[in-house]
Amino acid sequence: MRQAQPRLRAAFSLGVTTLLVVGLVASQWLLGDFPQQMQFNARLAPPSVDHWLGTDALGRELWARTLAGLALSFWVGCLAALLSTLIALSLAALATLSARLDALVSLLIDTLLSVPHLILLMLIAFALGGGTQAVIIAVAVTHWPSLARVLRAELWQLRQAPYVRISRALGKSRWFVLHGHLLPHLLPHCLVGALLLFPHAILHEAALTFLGFGLSPSQPAIGVLLADATRYLSGGYWWLGVFPGLGLLLMVLGFERLSSQLRRAL
Amino acid sequence: MLNAHRLSFRFSPDTPMLEDVSLTLEAGQWLGLSGDSGAGKSTLGKLLAGYLAPQAGAVTLDGAALPKSGMQPVQWLPQSPELAVNPRWRVGKILREAWTPSDAQCQAFGVQPSWLSRLPQSLSGGELQRVCVLRALAPEVRFLVADEISTMLDPITQLELWQALKREAEQRQLGVLVISHDSALLERLCPKCYHLRDGQLTLI
Repeated sequence: MRQAQPRLRAAFSLGVTTLLVVGLVASQWLLGDFPQQMQFNARLAPPSVDHWLGTDALGRELWARTLAGLALSFWVGCLAALLSTLIALSLAALATLSARLDALVSLLIDTLLSVPHLILLMLIAFALGGGTQAVIIAVAVTHWPSLARVLRAELWQLRQAPYVRISRALGKSRWFVLHGHLLPHLLPHCLVGALLLFPHAILHEAALTFLGFGLSPSQPAIGVLLADATRYLSGGYWWLGVFPGLGLLLMVLGFERLSSQLRRAL
Repeated sequence: MLNAHRLSFRFSPDTPMLEDVSLTLEAGQWLGLSGDSGAGKSTLGKLLAGYLAPQAGAVTLDGAALPKSGMQPVQWLPQSPELAVNPRWRVGKILREAWTPSDAQCQAFGVQPSWLSRLPQSLSGGELQRVCVLRALAPEVRFLVADEISTMLDPITQLELWQALKREAEQRQLGVLVISHDSALLERLCPKCYHLRDGQLTLI
């Protein structure tokens, strides 16, 4: 019963999150270019029955732009978290091959962890010329060290397990041991790690875009919406910043909760 | 012939485990090894099977060092079979990792065909130990280090396991080092027994 409850909670969270993600992706398809449509007779309209979350300076519906922004953030976050996990897993696997490679990987992890996150993100995104691809690469390249450290430690521990040592004594190659014994054990760690990386990736994507190093201002990204909102805040147009910010917060919290419940269940 | 020549081993500089230990195991020979808990019996077994490297001395097989890769001719059988198998693999896959025993060989060790599709958690300790022993008997194997393999088994299962292993060892001229606390068991199985104390071997 004690085992079942965390699993039940995790399954419930997974169900709710999947439903929300499907809704988010479907809304993109249903809305088409509606988030970009301007209504000049309804510029900066406050939230009302006609304009649910209000409109921006060009009369674009904020609810549609927030949904589109969240969908965009979701894809960027997904790809960045996936790439980050792959980098972490590959380097952790590489570290198990020899003591010298392990020292090299550990040095790389320590070096990256010692550099301030956001500065490195900005430098990489700037060097790559900005845009969606640059943001994905910058977030992926800067987010793997913590997960790589966990996976490396787990792999070192697993390597000492009697059945792994016996497998080597039975003539199996290092590659066989890695993909036959070690990697299947790491999959739950990778899944939880990727889910934990996801909210960070979204937040950093929004931060990069907000600072002007990320997605193009023509895209309805959450960072773009928040950056636009700062220009109108002093005029009392609070809805421009509150609703996209709230949407981002809910998405980040939702995935944080899912990952912590999955960590308990797996 | 498996030969341990003047082996010394310590886990940390101030705690010597084995000092200048020499041992010879001939093909087809059964050798017993007893000693108190923590005396270094398992450490010596692991050194002989190549799981640990000695700080001094060498383990040789027919005068040459143990092979670095491929199926090892000296196999180590640990006390806990649960730790010796991948918990995510089914029994059939666990056996095939080493070799594919015939139905008759499976039957000789009491490994039932129905077990092959089961996960190790669904077998008892005794059943799983038989699977582990059978797995270690690949054709290339010439010596076995049986480290307390029957300690957790009931007397009948112990008897069946040792009888099956004895038959196989006789047929194939396998050399077996039996590590156990049970002096009665060692007396029955092994014509020659050593006792390990303070890092030194004594013939008993």
